[in-house]
Amino acid sequence: MAMEMRLPVARKPLSESVGRDTKKHLVVPGDTITTDTGFMRGHGTYMGEEKLIASVAGSVERVNKLICVKALKTRYNGEVGDIVVGRITEVQQKRWKVETNSRLDSVLLLSSMNLPGGELRRRSAEDELAMRGFLQEVDLISGVLVQVSPSLVKRQKTHFHDLPCGASVILGNNGFIWIYPTPEHKEEDAGGFTANLEPVSLADREVISRLRNCIVLLVTQRVMLYDTSILYCYEASLPHQIKDLLKPEIMEEVVMETRQRLLEQEG
Amino acid sequence: AGGRCSGSWRAMSPAYVPFLPQIRGSRARALPDRALVNCQYSSATFSTGERKRRPHGDRKSCEMGLQLRQTFEAAILTQLHPRSQIDIYVQVLQADGGTYAACVNAATLAVLDAGVPMRDFVCACSAGFVDSTALADLSHVEEAAGGPQLALALLPASGQIALLEMDARLHEDHLESVLEAAARAARDVHTLLDRVVRQHVREASVLLGD
Repeated sequence: MAMEMRLPVARKPLSESVGRDTKKHLVVPGDTITTDTGFMRGHGTYMGEEKLIASVAGSVERVNKLICVKALKTRYNGEVGDIVVGRITEVQQKRWKVETNSRLDSVLLLSSMNLPGGELRRRSAEDELAMRGFLQEVDLISGVLVQVSPSLVKRQKTHFHDLPCGASVILGNNGFIWIYPTPEHKEEDAGGFTANLEPVSLADREVISRLRNCIVLLVTQRVMLYDTSILYCYEASLPHQIKDLLKPEIMEEVVMETRQRLLEQEG
Repeated sequence: AGGRCSGSWRAMSPAYVPFLPQIRGSRARALPDRALVNCQYSSATFSTGERKRRPHGDRKSCEMGLQLRQTFEAAILTQLHPRSQIDIYVQVLQADGGTYAACVNAATLAVLDAGVPMRDFVCACSAGFVDSTALADLSHVEEAAGGPQLALALLPASGQIALLEMDARLHEDHLESVLEAAARAARDVHTLLDRVVRQHVREASVLLGD
């Protein structure tokens, strides 16, 4: 049986022609950002000896009088209105502990869940006991979870996307991405919570794994993730086999094509 | 999530900060106003000239872990993450003297990559005194010779010392020159690390576009 082996090699420095010319102020910890004391200090900076000094490596962002440094890679900091995807780690008295790739574990309260049967039921003691029935540790619902860095998920109006290739994607702001087969029919009842446990067909599974590889590909080349970029990448990857998508040369090719289409679409 | 790096120096050590602050089973140890910094050091069996099995938790590992912890507690802005824990794991792949210094340099890059806020880079170097000459960055042979050895961890921008450690006896007249040699070498390391980090940040920001 033939096997393929690859050896690590020094990374090629990126060609400068890839991105647009940016005039951003890049800093590393210890760099002085400014000696002007009129500014308010935001995240990623600290005050030392009358100077504003950076504490993370990244780019400086200035909003009027506020200066902050946006680090390349950070844990997810939640904001109101964000969509997040999480994984249940613990069941507690009236809530679930959810892992969301942020600094501390998140909490999902029983009272904020949509229970089957409608909205306006008071949460009773039986609901608490039935908590494990809804979501237990290590529960698996059909689909694939991809973990990426939160900084790569673009902020958009909606994060639930039904892709025409037959799968649906939820792009959580926290960097968790959930890929699952599009449900056959949309149920418009009181938005209850149902668990879908049917086995997934082979065609659907192929689509999902191809999508997953596409996302991983985009992440390694640091392309922002949103529905258009994922779709273009998927289409660009169709000529290749799913398992070939993670090879460096094929990755570069597919990403080049994706980038080109995105640029064409914009300008 | 976390940072990864490989320090290319005398002793090569990849360090990674697996997760930024997070409360773990050690809730009892969580400090109410600061983050807890936890450093673990381990050395691969093939790192020295002779293959030697090193059990985890032996004295040298513990001591090195403690030194690393003291160094990074001085550099990381722990006030920003109360009741959390920052883990730094360092593993030495190849040791030819100066293991503490290499660990510190590698860990600095890892912590930076993970996005943990720090005062400054932490750059370290060892120095010694042989035949009335101050030597910087001692190799294994020079360390084994038994002369006085100094380990210095520096925050280059401000010139503040994060950790200064010495064993064996050294006349105080010579202290100045040895310290100077170590500081100069540490600053050279800083130049190198600085260049690499800036290049990396530039590449990443170019790719991200807006």
